Amino acid sequence: MNRVAICSGLNELLEEADQINPGGSLNLNDSVVSTIYSRAEEIAGGVVTSQGKPPVDWDKVLDDILTSRVFGFPSMLLLLAVVFWITVAGANVPSEMLATGLFWIQERLTECLVWLHAPAWVNGLFVEGIYRCLAWVVSVMLPPMAIFFPCFTLLEDMGYLPRIAFNLDNLFKKAGAHGKQSLTMSMGFGCNAAGVVACRIIESPRERLIAMLTNNFVPCNGRFPTLIALAGLLVMGATTFFGATLIVVGIVVFGIMTTLAVSWLLSKTLLKGVPSSFTLELPPYRKPQLGRVITRSIFDRTLFVLRRAVFVAMPAGAVVWLSANIHIGGVSILTHCANWLNPFGQLLGMDGYILMAFVLGLPANEIVLPILIMSYMATGSMLELDSLEALRQLFAGHGWTWLTAVCMMLFSLLHYPCCTTLWTISKESGSFKWTVLAALIPLGIAITICFTVAQCASFLGWI
Amino acid sequence: MEYKQGDCPTKIISLHDLPVGKLATVSSIQAAGLTRRRMLDLGLVPGTRVKALRISPAGDPKAYRIRGAVIAFRKEEAQQILINYKGE
Repeated sequence: MNRVAICSGLNELLEEADQINPGGSLNLNDSVVSTIYSRAEEIAGGVVTSQGKPPVDWDKVLDDILTSRVFGFPSMLLLLAVVFWITVAGANVPSEMLATGLFWIQERLTECLVWLHAPAWVNGLFVEGIYRCLAWVVSVMLPPMAIFFPCFTLLEDMGYLPRIAFNLDNLFKKAGAHGKQSLTMSMGFGCNAAGVVACRIIESPRERLIAMLTNNFVPCNGRFPTLIALAGLLVMGATTFFGATLIVVGIVVFGIMTTLAVSWLLSKTLLKGVPSSFTLELPPYRKPQLGRVITRSIFDRTLFVLRRAVFVAMPAGAVVWLSANIHIGGVSILTHCANWLNPFGQLLGMDGYILMAFVLGLPANEIVLPILIMSYMATGSMLELDSLEALRQLFAGHGWTWLTAVCMMLFSLLHYPCCTTLWTISKESGSFKWTVLAALIPLGIAITICFTVAQCASFLGWI
Repeated sequence: MEYKQGDCPTKIISLHDLPVGKLATVSSIQAAGLTRRRMLDLGLVPGTRVKALRISPAGDPKAYRIRGAVIAFRKEEAQQILINYKGE
């Protein structure tokens, strides 16, 4: 009886409320918010004293340069170039030192196994396979990561990333994408899986999917060392650092253009719709906390990514060694596979071994170049690989031209994301279909672009 | 109608049309739903002072100072905010 009374009472109340405020036209929310803000102002006015303006408003000075019509885009490119230049120039020496040290240990390990009278396959599988692949991953990947991550975290900590979003937003709007996508894209420079998780900040499901599907078009940290090494091969000589930096910046800009183009295509076809509203806060610049930046980037990011690469490199090294040393009909499995992939690879300006390396590198992009080096060394003459020059000779010995390096860079930039990223996409989107598309769309684009570039170059007689 | 010296007539324009460097007060918010809610959360209630700070090098969005914070709105959002502007 009570319940019925309450219900009818409630209905009466609601009806009365609706008469006073038909369809919410009084905007009660507004008055509530207004009252809260005016009360807050009153309280703040009574207790907060300000010390007057500082002599120089650094936020304004910095923003006047970094987001100005004239210097906005050039300063963005310049900052990007400086970060890459530091990475390229700084990573060279520690890379060589690590390689020398780690391969010295490899020789000692072999000596040790010989002394123990271990069978040859033990030395082969564990030292020449697993250990060597590990050594390559650490020496090629660790120095660039350990330099790039802190630089990037520094920019992040200073509050520069929202300015990138502010500068680029109009382009993303024209592509039918959400303005926050430039933030998730910037996160992708660190790690595409992290970039995909960051897409949660985009509320609209349509725009979130676009951001997730296009995140891998910016090279993650696992691909930077590959791009940097290949760029270095392209411009051997005195101007190596400068030239390599320019090439890497060019590749990154091409990646961003691809991101915009694919976002536009998706929002016109599979994911139709209009951009939803968004507000972007430009927080004040902060003095970066150097200590925190270094610990955070080294421990949380570099070591985390390196550990993943190491875990993936061990089985990959074993697979490469086994397939290079198990022979069927007098030819190793590795060569069989590479020969089978070779015609297709040639069409794309590459060869069978490179495609094999990309297939085996699916678990982590960090291991693509180490696998390729291992495959070449397992099939060609053994040589001491302790410098970029030696690497160039190894590749040249396998028929590389500048076109091979360019096509491999493009393929690395555009191809499917690593399986960690794919797994993250499947978890975040909850859809098998979109996960498959997240792999197939980039693969299709990578194949199309590499095919076009390779065929145009050979048609024009550049090769 | 007469105005005091130095006083200009108050016009109601959209926030998007506020020239860079100029101040105005919010008159009303035309947006509905989630967007309106966001704007209210930022403290954009009638009477709030806003200042246009800068335009993105790509032409859009514009950044405004609202209650001490710098917030950027795209053209579409800024056009849904009406302001009282004492222009010249």
